[in-house]
Amino acid sequence: MSLMAGTLHVVEHNALVFRRIWRGSIAVSFFTPLFFLAAMGIGLGGLVNRNSGGVNGVPYLDFLAPGLIAAACMQTAAIEATYPILAKIMWDKTYEAALATPVTIPDLIRGEVVWSILRMSIVATTFWIVMFLFGVGHSLSALLAIPASILTGLAFATPIMAFTATRRNDAGFAAINRFVIIPLYLLGGTFFPIAKLPLALQAVAWATPLSHGVVLTRGAVLGNISAPEAALHALVPLAYFAAGLLMARSLLMKRLAK
Amino acid sequence: MDNRSPVSDSPSLILARQLTKRFGDLTAVDGVDFEVAKGEAFGFLGPNGAGKTSTMRMIGGVSPVTSGLLTIFGLDPAKHGPTIRARLGVVPQADTLDMELTVRENLMIYSRYFDLSWREGARRADELLEFVQLKERSRDKVDELSGGMKRRLTIARALINSPELLLLDEPTTGLDPQARHLVWDRLYRLKQRGVTLVLTTHYMDEAEQLCDRLVVMDKARIAAEGSPRELIDRYSTREVLELRFPIDQQPVLDGELNDVAERIEVLPDRVLLYTSDGDQAIAAVHKRGLRPETALVRRSTLEDVFLRLTGRSLVD
Repeated sequence: MSLMAGTLHVVEHNALVFRRIWRGSIAVSFFTPLFFLAAMGIGLGGLVNRNSGGVNGVPYLDFLAPGLIAAACMQTAAIEATYPILAKIMWDKTYEAALATPVTIPDLIRGEVVWSILRMSIVATTFWIVMFLFGVGHSLSALLAIPASILTGLAFATPIMAFTATRRNDAGFAAINRFVIIPLYLLGGTFFPIAKLPLALQAVAWATPLSHGVVLTRGAVLGNISAPEAALHALVPLAYFAAGLLMARSLLMKRLAK
Repeated sequence: MDNRSPVSDSPSLILARQLTKRFGDLTAVDGVDFEVAKGEAFGFLGPNGAGKTSTMRMIGGVSPVTSGLLTIFGLDPAKHGPTIRARLGVVPQADTLDMELTVRENLMIYSRYFDLSWREGARRADELLEFVQLKERSRDKVDELSGGMKRRLTIARALINSPELLLLDEPTTGLDPQARHLVWDRLYRLKQRGVTLVLTTHYMDEAEQLCDRLVVMDKARIAAEGSPRELIDRYSTREVLELRFPIDQQPVLDGELNDVAERIEVLPDRVLLYTSDGDQAIAAVHKRGLRPETALVRRSTLEDVFLRLTGRSLVD
């Protein structure tokens, strides 16, 4: 079986399961940004704009919205890489079933990565449309925020998948959310500039992928980033993705091919 | 796609020589030799922990061989895993069905894993649902099925690629007698069609029903090999007299019945006398003034073979 076929069949399996829940999932992808942008962008943003004339020279909504797309992809990737993957490893043993066919462990990983990209595409595109309806991002290049936020999510997808491959229960997933996802969500440059953080936290923010993803999406939407600068910022999430991919592969091999 | 040059010229479908599997310090399979010919129904009989599942996982090309030789269809599973698995059907010990999908969808997606078209997958799914008598349940979710139905669905799924070789790891463990007989019947029909069956079991009746040939496994090794009949002839007597005594009397028996039978096994709850003529043995027991609570003459089974070889019962 070709490289692509194995990957495709793993994606198809996910799609078959998703077919049952897609309506609810898309509704969530639509209402979450709607409420967030209304409450934070317009409500809180109104206050920010009145008191300090926006952030970095743009209205708060324009500052906030693109960063939130990157953060939303991070959250989607994190959820997709934890419970569903552990279910396939040990609760439902879906991977064991798949590995009794010509499908291989690299096929499984490639398939999950492609599936994660598809899930994030839905989330990012819906979010982008809502943002557009709020009047932010009226240029063609603003669309680049979608691939940039997917790249951000991928930087979390593979390392968390590697972590999941080592788990015997779901206890660690709450910790990932509490100690990685939520702090980054709040402090990763989405809601206010990283420069406002204490120096130590600034270092943490720049060493992790979300802050770079936020720079990329914000740069795309506001049109204030140069190509070389963008390429530099893309390197960090890319590195996380690549390292995570190698770890996930070796840990899943250890777990499933005993 | 890949180089299919066989590593062995043996006509056997499966060939194992000094096959060994270790997990750290634990030796799960310790240098076993066996061969399975095309069209045969071959069994691994043994208690839990004997190394049956580890052997099956190596044959399935999922678990790497630690040392020794193993070929399936003449191919090395380390090099040709996907090619081998394309021609295999696997029924694992624990069901691995997708609970979020329907009965039919489970078969459809599995057909995709074998790179069959959706149309062909649908055709085979309907055919197989008929074969395992689940046609009426095809739109139901899997978790609504009984244990026996799930098992049949797992068997149907293992057949979606029309495998030449079907691996079954304890196919009927946990099923009620009626469900077991239905599974046995379907497996027998597959065998009639020329599908090679390899199964593990710790039920002697299952091994006797299904297997042309089997190996008895104990403590990671093969203790004996042959057809059920041969094994019984070799390791047991024609008949067995089972005696139950009041609990406090049983230990006193030691030695008292030695010349009544060829061999005696004293189990916690009964005494087994191995003899060619059970009725004569009963008469001899009575002649000595012994009054067992019950006395039953039966034919020898693989259970007796196992007891003889290992000194233990199959199912504790």
